[in-house]
Parts: sequence; structure tokens; C-alpha cells
Amino acid sequence: MNRRNPLWRFTGVRPTAWLFFAFLYVPIVVLVALSFNGGQSATLWNGFSLKWYAAVANDPEIVRAAKNSLIVASLATLIATILATLAALGMHGRTFRGQTLMGGVLGLPLLIPEIVTAVATLMFFSFIGLKLSLFTILIAHVVFCIPFAYLPIRARLQGMDPRLAEAAADLYASPWRAFWRVDFPLLLPGILSGAMLAFIISMDDFVITYFVAGAGATTLPVYIFSAIRMGISPKINAISSIILLISILFVALSYYVGQRRR
Amino acid sequence: MSTLQQRQQARQLRHRLLLSAPAMAMLGVFLLVPLGIMLLVSVLQGGDYGGVKWGEYSFEAYVSFFYERDLDDSLVFNTDYLQIFQRSLWLSVLTTAGCLLIGFPTALYLALQDEKRRNLLLFLVTVPFWTNLLVRVYAWILLLRNGGLVDSGLGLFGFDGSLGILYSDAAVIVGLLYSFLPFMVLPIYTSLEKLDWRLVEAAFDLGANRRKALQRVIVPLAMPGIVAGTLLVFIPSLGNYIIPELLGGGKSLMIGNLIQLQFGTAHNWPLGAALAFVLLALVLLAMLSYNLRFRQPAMEGHA
Amino acid sequence: MTLRRTPLALSLLLSLGLSATAHAAGTLHFANWSDYYPPELLKKFEADTGIKASLDAYDSNETLLAKLKAGGGSYDVVVPSDSFIEIMVADGLLQKFDKSKLPNLKNLKANFQDLRFDPDHDYSAPYLWGTTGYSYDSAKVPGGVLEESWKPFFEPPAELKGQVVALNSIEDLYIPAALYLGVDRCTEDPKEAKKIQDLLLKQKPMLAMYNSDGTIERMAAGEVVMHQQWNGAFHRAHEQRDSLVYVYPKEGVHVFIDNFAIPKDAANVEEAHVFINWMLQPENIAAASNFAKYNNAVEGSENFMDKALFDDPAINTPQDKLDRLRPFQLCSPKALNLRTKVWTKLKK
Repeated sequence: MNRRNPLWRFTGVRPTAWLFFAFLYVPIVVLVALSFNGGQSATLWNGFSLKWYAAVANDPEIVRAAKNSLIVASLATLIATILATLAALGMHGRTFRGQTLMGGVLGLPLLIPEIVTAVATLMFFSFIGLKLSLFTILIAHVVFCIPFAYLPIRARLQGMDPRLAEAAADLYASPWRAFWRVDFPLLLPGILSGAMLAFIISMDDFVITYFVAGAGATTLPVYIFSAIRMGISPKINAISSIILLISILFVALSYYVGQRRR
Repeated sequence: MSTLQQRQQARQLRHRLLLSAPAMAMLGVFLLVPLGIMLLVSVLQGGDYGGVKWGEYSFEAYVSFFYERDLDDSLVFNTDYLQIFQRSLWLSVLTTAGCLLIGFPTALYLALQDEKRRNLLLFLVTVPFWTNLLVRVYAWILLLRNGGLVDSGLGLFGFDGSLGILYSDAAVIVGLLYSFLPFMVLPIYTSLEKLDWRLVEAAFDLGANRRKALQRVIVPLAMPGIVAGTLLVFIPSLGNYIIPELLGGGKSLMIGNLIQLQFGTAHNWPLGAALAFVLLALVLLAMLSYNLRFRQPAMEGHA
Repeated sequence: MTLRRTPLALSLLLSLGLSATAHAAGTLHFANWSDYYPPELLKKFEADTGIKASLDAYDSNETLLAKLKAGGGSYDVVVPSDSFIEIMVADGLLQKFDKSKLPNLKNLKANFQDLRFDPDHDYSAPYLWGTTGYSYDSAKVPGGVLEESWKPFFEPPAELKGQVVALNSIEDLYIPAALYLGVDRCTEDPKEAKKIQDLLLKQKPMLAMYNSDGTIERMAAGEVVMHQQWNGAFHRAHEQRDSLVYVYPKEGVHVFIDNFAIPKDAANVEEAHVFINWMLQPENIAAASNFAKYNNAVEGSENFMDKALFDDPAINTPQDKLDRLRPFQLCSPKALNLRTKVWTKLKK
């Protein structure tokens, strides 16, 4: 496909994008810089030091919280994205009775304030006698991640011909293979976007997680919000920077693997 | 229509329902049932210090949304909650508009890159959000405060003095924009990415100017993404309370705070639940009117 | 002195004895605010008793209460503040202590032996305590010194407009306002509540913001001149800026006490008792004080506390100001309802 297309002539697109990335990364630079702060404070610079990284290494609770967060976010993203992809495929095509209602239910987690979902879910869990643990956090996260994964995939599908897969199903014997060969590559950008949004939403959730967390299942946001009372220290910046580094390694790795495959 | 065709269609529909079933089951059990409990909570008598008294029904919570008891115990119209709802709504509208303004060109730019670069940039949009919300907000405080980094930066370009926007609505908008931009950019990008650029070139060949190409080809294609992005930005920002508290100076309540307050210090669970359902009703009403007007369901488009 | 030491030595022996049995049983789930309990102390506890301990976090008394009410939380030890102990006891959310396993309760200072919210320590034992006063920068206020009253805070001089910060919670603001106006803080009379509301509404335009976090940085950096503050936060800010002063207003200042308690559905009750008893040893509680910068309630802990901390009048309230401390008081739901109304009107 020719990417040297006339759209380049649209003024403002490239500067806006660069502005966007600058806007996105300036606070991140500040955040990482402060993780090397020698002082006590997350907003006052007091000389260079690595002591907060040492503090992270010496605090098993914060490390465990970070691990819990990464585990929950990865699993919740995986499950929610699979459910959302299937649902988006099911919702695509000729309209049927009740479709709008189903679409509404898929978007419902967005509409309920966090604290209400949190208390309601906890009450439900205690009614059915489900013991709180990391698993209950996972269930709650899958629920609120679904719309974040679903809407981009749905947007991707819109305007696509629903008969594509059906036609493919006629050519290849199994519809499953048709899905992998035809639908999946077409959907991939939507799935990728949905998964990334679900991941960051899960990584940041505090209220719902707190309520449905069992003992020993503290996640990073819960740990961090709990630290507000004593004042946020650069330790939080240090652990955030470490996670940032992990994410960048992850991106670099997938980029590298992508190039190798070519 | 032949019976064979009908049977085939019925089979297809069953197939599609089956595909949606896992997600619907998940949401049905772990969202709809708990919400049913909450609906019940909203019509129960509240406990003395939080919780509810099971079996004692009361519509007090819904009444108190519009009315309050005056000193002599008579009901008078109460605009407090309506004011709070209105302010939250306004902030959300501004945030959504801002996200669209920055997000659309950015998504267009992403869609115009070659595939390798595109995926890399896509990741780069979300990487900052692997850090925690609170530390991001603290970074903004550092940037925006009087004599902070933004002021120093402006100083380098010869602007003296201070921006002075921390702890104002402007800072809240900056914070909300920052938090929600990826939720606008990514859906629009997914819609635009499938654009066949030959169409656009053809349009140019036929003498269409940029505005027309944008209007006739690009925006219609991006529309599903814009709708999805708007939903993902508008609704969550409506319930956001952390950013207004920290960047706005906590001088006024948002819907999110108000509801949080009822489950916390106010110990008034029924009112908290009722407020959430009023909010739900308002948003659904807005979407319904949007559907009627544009004849295209907001959540569900016809293929 | 000897009188005090004997039970101490005895309790040490006892806790050692307990630890021998505790080796068999194994875990403790402790929930507290983050950074309010030193990680090293938990390691020491594990080494001393052989119990494997984990620390979970929560962000406020309110969310802890809501979580316990909704049926959640499998924690063994939690640290709610005074008012919440009374609510939780009334709602049957806490377990009664087995005091035969808490011999160290005797170590509590005399004025902490009999607390209003839990008179016989049936359900709670104090962890750390503090006061909610306010602080100012003596280098920046007119005249360099302010009256020891709530007046400068609620009705600041015109020069300080936009330089004053209040804490962002109903309780922290309503109680001092009531103390300042001489109104019963638990008033059920809307007219009295209206007085408080008027005072707060009048104060609002003078404030830079309502904010309960980052109080240390704002004062240490000199970003604002006056800040309603907890004394432990003041101590930290003071370390970085000499000119700061902490005020015990003469109208009275609210005291908060955070307490160990065992939730009803705790799984490891035995270990919970071992932990609470262990924490009531002067050496251990002092380590918590040194870390969190708040005072504790255990006799003899001063021998292990940092000198700078213990000598700070903001932390260790001087004798002549003890009568200004106002303990907590649980108000009726009707009174609390009025408070919420005032808050909503203040911020609508």
C-alpha cells in the first residue's frame, strides 16, 4: 500500500502527533527523574540518590504488590480480550431482536461508578460464600475490562463485510481455520488496541480491587493509595520506573521478534 | 425466501449468540446480579453507620435527590446534587472534546505510518499508563505549580511570570485529558487503519480538496472509532474524582466524590446506590435520544 | 521503676513462651496503611516468633468499615481509628480479645488505660496516636507569631489569602470548627450546624485548597504559609524547614488514636494475639514510632525513641497543653447526617 499518499498534505497532523507524544512523555520524564531523588518527597528535588531503589528492594510488600498487579492485569486482559473478541464477532452482522440490549450490557461496566460496583460485587461474593483472594480480583477485573476491549474491536469490525468469514468458511472446510486466516488478521489492530486499553485500566484500578482483595492480595494501586496518608515517597516513583522499564523491554522484545519474523 | 435459507439464517444467528454467550454470562453473573443487589440497597433503610437494614423499605434516597428536609421538617427543592451533576457533566464534555481534537489527528498520523512503526507507536501511546495514576498526577503537580517546570520552561522562551493554573479547573482538564487520551486515540486508529488510501487518492485525482476528502472519506470511516472513543472517554471521566480532588484543589464535589462520600463518611449506602442509578438513567437517556436522532445505536451500529 | 519493670520482664518471658508454641501455627495477615508500619519490624516479628506475616494495605477507615460491612476482609489484625472501633464493635465486626494472651496491655500509659471508645480494651489496643492541629511558617506570617487559637486558621488575616490549606475531610474540618465556635460537635440542631457551615463558607475563599495529602511537601517547600496538619506530618516538614510552628489551639485540638483490632472472621486469632502483645513491648512500638513519626501509648518506649522525635513538643505534648487535647466522641447518625449536609453545601 502506498503510504506516500496525499494526506501528508494535511497540515497540522504531524505536529499534533508530536505534540501529543510530548504531552504524554513530559510527566513520565519528571516521574522517572524523581525516582532518583535523595530527599523524602515526591515533589521536591534534593540531590541524586539510588536509595529509593534500595528501599523497593528491601520492601517485600511493595514488590509483591507489583507482582500481583502484573499477574492480575495480564490474566484479566487475556480473558477479557478473548471474551470481547468473541462477543464483537457475535454482535457483528444482521441485527436481531435484543441486540441493542446485549450491546448495552457489554458497555454497562463503564456506566457504574467504581465504588458501587465494588460494594455490590463484594456483597455478592459474600452472599455466595466465595472466599476473597487474588482470584476474586481477577473476576472483577475481567468484568470491568470487557467494554474497554470490546468497543475498539467492535469499531474495527464496523463497516466490514460480515460475509467475509462466511464466504471463507465455504472455501476452507472449517470455520475455525477461516477465522484464523481471514478474520483474525483483519481484526488484529482492534484486538491489540482493546487489549492494551484493558491492560492499563486493570493496572490502575484501585477502588474495586481494594474491596474484592483477599488477605495477601494487595495490588500496587491499593498499596500506593494507602500510602497517601503518610505522604507519597519517591519509593513509589522507583517502583513505577521499574515497571516502566519492564514495559519498554517488553515492547522492544516484541518489536525485535516482529522484525525477525519478517 | 426458501426454508433452506431461513434455516441457514437461524443457524447463523444461533452461532452468533453462542459467540457472545461467554461474555454475556460473565457480565450477567458478576455484574447484573450484584447490581440487582444494589438496586435493592437503594430502596432499603440505611443502617446507622453504613450498611442497610434488610427488610425495611424506604424511597427516602430517591426523594432526597431532589428534595431536602428543611428546618421544620418540610420538603423543599434541593439543587445541590443537580449542581454537582451539572458540573461533572460539563467537565466531561470538555474533556471529550479536547481528546477528540488532539486524538483524531494523532490517530490519523498513526494510521499513516508503515506497519512496523505503527505498532511501535501504538505501544508508545500506552506505555506511560503502565505507571500509577497517582504518580502521574504528582508529576503534573510538579509541572504545573507556581514556579514549577512549566513556568521555568516558559521562562526559557522569554515568557515571564507564572501560569498559575494548578488547583483550578484548567489543571483538572489537563489531568483528565492526559488520563483519557489513549482511550480516544486507539479506537479511532483501529477504524482508520483499515482505510484504503487509494480511495483517498482517487478522491484527490477527482479534484476533491483536503476538506472534502476529510469530510467525505476519512471522517465517515473513522466514525465507529469516534463513537467508541467518545464512550470510553466521556463516561469514565464523568465518574472520575481523583484528578479533580488532587489537581483541582478539592473545592467542589464531582459525581464520583459524591457517591464515594455516601459509602464512606456519610454512611448512607442507599443514597449512594440511588445516585448511581440516577446517573445510569441519565446516561442511558442521553444515548437513547442520540440513537433516535441519528438512527444509529450508539453502542451497536448496524453493519 | 522496679514496679514497672517487673511486668515488663514477665511479659517478655511470656511472649517468648508464646513464641515457642507459635512456631507450629504459622501465618498472620496484617492490614494497615502503607508506610505506616516499618517493613523491618515485620521481619523482626517473624524472626522473634516464627510466624509468617504479610502486610496488606487500605486507604481509609471508611473503606475498611465498608469492606467489613459488606462481608469482606479476611485480615487477622487491622488498625482502625478510635471512632471506627466503636462503630465496628456495635456492628459486631470485631472479636473480643482474650486478655490472658495480652499481658503487655499493662504496659500502656496511665492515660491510655481507660479509653472512652473501648473502656477495658476488650476489642482494641492502641498503636500510634496524634493530634490534628495546624502549622504555619513563622517567617511568613505578619508579626512572626500567631495566636494559639483556631482563629488564625478559620479567619486568616487578609495577607494570607490563598496561602492557607485545610484538610480534605468532613471530620477534620467540622470538629475544629465546632471547638472554635463552642458548639457541640455532635449537635443535632440544624441551627448550630448552620453556624459551622457559615464559618466554613466564609473560610473557603481564603483557602488555597482542601487537600489531605502532600501536606509535608507543601509546608517544607514553602508553597503555602498555613496548613491544617497532623502532628506527625508536621514533624517531617519541620525537619526540612526550621521556621515552621505547630499550634495546639486553646479551644481544643482533636486527638486520634489508631488501634489494633481483630476482625470477627479472622482466621489466625492465636497469631493475632501474639502479634498485638509483641507490639506492646516498648522496644517494638518505639520502632514503629520512629518510622511513622507518631507517638505511642506504651510506657518505657521513650527509652527507644529517637531523641529528636520524643523532644518535639508537637509529638510529645507538653504537660501544660494536655488539657487542650480532645478525645474522640461518636456522634448519633442524625448528627453525622448534618455534618454530611454541611460538607455537601460547602462543596456543591
